[in-house]
Amino acid sequence: MVSLQCYPMGDKAILVKFNDNVTPTLNQQIRSLCLSLQNQTLPGIVEWVPSFDTVTIYYQPDKLSYEQVSEHIHHLSKTTGRTNTESYLIEVPVLYGNEYGIDMERVAQSSNLPIEKVIEMHSKPEYLVYMIGFLPGFPYVGGLPERLATPRLESPRSKVPAGSVGIAGSQTGIYPLESPGGWNIIGRTPLRLFNPKISNPFLFKAGDYIRFKRITEDEYQQIERDIQENRYTIRKEVR
Amino acid sequence: MTKSKPIFYVKKPGFQTTFQDLGRHGFQQFGVVTSGAMDTFSLRVANLLVGNKQDEAAMEITMIGPELEAVSPITIAICGADLSPTINGQSITNWKTFRMKEGDLLSFGIPKNGVRTYLAVKGGFDIPVVLGSKSTYLRAKLGQKVEKGSILLGWPSTNNRDIGLKQSMIPNYEREAEVNYIQDPHSNQFTKESLETFSKQTYVVASQSDRMGYRLQGAPIRHQNGADIWSSAVPLGGIQVPSNGQPIILMADRQTTGGYTRIATVISTDIPKVAQLPPGGKIKFRPITIKEAHKKYVEHEKFVRRIGING
Repeated sequence: MVSLQCYPMGDKAILVKFNDNVTPTLNQQIRSLCLSLQNQTLPGIVEWVPSFDTVTIYYQPDKLSYEQVSEHIHHLSKTTGRTNTESYLIEVPVLYGNEYGIDMERVAQSSNLPIEKVIEMHSKPEYLVYMIGFLPGFPYVGGLPERLATPRLESPRSKVPAGSVGIAGSQTGIYPLESPGGWNIIGRTPLRLFNPKISNPFLFKAGDYIRFKRITEDEYQQIERDIQENRYTIRKEVR
Repeated sequence: MTKSKPIFYVKKPGFQTTFQDLGRHGFQQFGVVTSGAMDTFSLRVANLLVGNKQDEAAMEITMIGPELEAVSPITIAICGADLSPTINGQSITNWKTFRMKEGDLLSFGIPKNGVRTYLAVKGGFDIPVVLGSKSTYLRAKLGQKVEKGSILLGWPSTNNRDIGLKQSMIPNYEREAEVNYIQDPHSNQFTKESLETFSKQTYVVASQSDRMGYRLQGAPIRHQNGADIWSSAVPLGGIQVPSNGQPIILMADRQTTGGYTRIATVISTDIPKVAQLPPGGKIKFRPITIKEAHKKYVEHEKFVRRIGING
């Protein structure tokens, strides 16, 4: 059984904290709870946000009391167990290095590896998306090989292009939008992580896996054109 | 829906003029910030006075207002901060409807009290709805900017008579606010003395405060072991404390998740008070139980409903 505790977070949110280490197994339990919240919601529950070891549930206090939400959560956590949540392995094509990955040299030096090896190691794992946050569609992923961990830039850049793939500490990530940032940029993907104009605006959800695939500059431009002309199909498989 | 028509010509956009409704909800798990009006009370009242639904989008005007020329006969209401509004140079008052004729010029002068004011137009503004909301969030290019020389569209119509809010119902914006908070589960990660400091001292609002957060200055709050936690969802009004010990109240444009420890959360009905505090303004925090907070919430909703009925 899942061990969890509820706490108030202001008057409109409840924090559900799981008493466990952050692992893929815990992530599965968190997703199961979110899925049962979706299937067995209560009038007055507005939305919920999963994270590494919590789920935050927003509710309307004129429709539900804190106790009612907390009881509902405990009830769900006892009855759900291991719901099968649907997730995908999504391929993210990346053009590594040069002007697309201006900090590749820095990462190579910090990990004491040739650039070729950095690319090989970065594009090998299946990274688990633990949560989405910070910017629309930004995945917090786990699974970066320890050797590639590189400290953040001392002073953040004022502009990092959308699609930039970076490393900060022991995390790797992708910028969904042009934004300021202090990550070491090692490449760029032509994929759009967030596009509010289409019916499914987000490329990833919590629980998905990401695998980076090295591409050439020609392939990058081809994919970019295909996306613009609406004929690019995301390569993904059910996990 | 019928085709929209021009309502305003934007002669000057003002300082930080955006469109805001009650926010973009349901997409925080995908990292989409909620945005929405900083002072939801004023937004809702402005809408109710002109006969809109309370969650319609209005123009959020901050300190320095725009200059707008009416291009159709319209009914407007301005609620929130007193930024000295005028129509053709004649002063008008907040919390009351006014009718504008074609060619009338609405402008703003010196901010007298408060920071943000809401301009609602009967019929609403014609702005594309993105992910369920008309709110502007420029960082992700969501919503619409108020640009100089542009024409704003809507569904213009006028009320037959003007109405306003009773004097006793109008909030008073002081330069000093006392707000209620609920302690956060992380609060045990701060030193005992710091928790006491937090509830006893008066903080000053720093000049870098904006729609994302209100930065406060005061005696620093100390963490027992560092300021960083695993990233998790941050609520409206959450008070995060980075390693410099100076608290930040997270407001409408806050990120959905954050990795700093939070000491407390300002209750939702006190957020409008914070939103109307200018830089240099003062703030004091008072602890409250969740039961008391919910009572205040229910009373506040009743109060707004009454305006909807009387208005």
